[in-house]
Amino acid sequence: MQQLSYFELVGFGPNGWGWALLTAAGMTIAVALCGFLAGSVVGTLVAWGKIGGNLVTRSLADGYTTVLRGIPDLLVIYLFYFGGSAALGAIGSLFGAEGFIGVPAFVTGALAIGIVSGAYQAEVFRGAYQVVNRGEIEAARSVGMHRWLMFRRIIAPQVLRYAIPGLGNTWQLVLKESALISVTGLVELLRQSHIAAGSTRRPFDFYITAAVLYLLITWVSTYLFQRAETHSLRGMRRAS
Amino acid sequence: MDFAFMWDCFLTLMGGVPLTLNLAFTAVAFGAIFAMLLALMRMSRVKVLDWPAQAYVFVFRGTPLLVQIFLIYYGLGQFRPTLQEWGLWTFFREPYWCAVLALTLNTAAYASEIIRGGLQSVPHNQVEAARACGMSGLLLFRRIVFPIAVRQALPAYGSELILMVKATSLASIITMMEVTGLAAKLISQTFRAVEVFIVAGLIYLILNFIITRIIMAIEWWLSPHLRRPPAIEPRLEAAHV
Repeated sequence: MQQLSYFELVGFGPNGWGWALLTAAGMTIAVALCGFLAGSVVGTLVAWGKIGGNLVTRSLADGYTTVLRGIPDLLVIYLFYFGGSAALGAIGSLFGAEGFIGVPAFVTGALAIGIVSGAYQAEVFRGAYQVVNRGEIEAARSVGMHRWLMFRRIIAPQVLRYAIPGLGNTWQLVLKESALISVTGLVELLRQSHIAAGSTRRPFDFYITAAVLYLLITWVSTYLFQRAETHSLRGMRRAS
Repeated sequence: MDFAFMWDCFLTLMGGVPLTLNLAFTAVAFGAIFAMLLALMRMSRVKVLDWPAQAYVFVFRGTPLLVQIFLIYYGLGQFRPTLQEWGLWTFFREPYWCAVLALTLNTAAYASEIIRGGLQSVPHNQVEAARACGMSGLLLFRRIVFPIAVRQALPAYGSELILMVKATSLASIITMMEVTGLAAKLISQTFRAVEVFIVAGLIYLILNFIITRIIMAIEWWLSPHLRRPPAIEPRLEAAHV
């Protein structure tokens, strides 16, 4: 077998892995995005528990963010991967199903990312909420807004505006964390490179390609977050 | 909850703690030296030095650590004959050294930005005052710039250390049996994910708690000027007896 050149190997020709790698990169973005959105929901709830709750919810929320930020992400992924199947198996056996029921790797991955990034996003939202001008909240109350309306019209838009840089950081974390999902067998970018490296015996070429694709994704998302930041600040007075 | 099982589990997993700490501290120690070099390159205002350092930081912060580990552990295997020729294969054959190398390169990228921030936060007038006293070069760096920069950078460096302890878990994917590796093995043997997870998580939390306390102690020790001076007790001498 003659050696394929690097560009034949990762290109889109008959022997190329180009399409496979691009599809896998799409899968990486999809699982990261789902995890990130799940994390936003979790993060909002936890931040709410920290800001508005009583002593019980506050200590629960504090415990959640401390624990999830203090243990390795890989452990959480293992918990969901093994624990999820065990839990489903237990529920299945109640209904008479026998044997092993696997949770789809995509769901496991998105959930694990969501749970971890929720802890980071909660801190981002809490920080952003504290910057919101107290006077605006009082003003909203004084014109008779109810909690939900005030949240929707006054709090959420401003919190989001201040949270964009922090959310950008969290998104980068999530993107890199999604590489760990490859241990559950989900064919995302790293897993696909691993498969390709195994079948062609050219590991360096494929991992370096994966690294370049990851770099491209982070680079584009940094740019998008910067755009979003300037867009959100278009009505603000700047000190400079 | 089966507490007897969890206790067994705890004893098994504690066997992985030395390796976890070993990986984290070796990487942070080597990484700090490399990071210092990178930070100085960034601050040198020489384009030929600044530009590669900037590219390095961009690449290592923009790609997942697992990709870096795979690139070194599996990827370099592609060049095995060359590496053997150079006598480097004994190094790259060992998962331990590959993990240490990947973690070191990774932490150096993050730490160089922390160090740069610390060095740049040194007030200009302090440096000018030192110059006025006749200090320059290494003496100025050792006596004035470095101590101030260390105080500034220490909290961020502490979180980097915690991140490193967490990152060592990825070494388990290339067969290193540290805490996460042992936990994964236990889970696949016993199928009791929740119990093993709780114990392993607890071990990491304890480790990180101890590390944060140590960092806080060093911070306290390094900043005596921020502490309130010990109250001088009025002497209870009989003034008019």
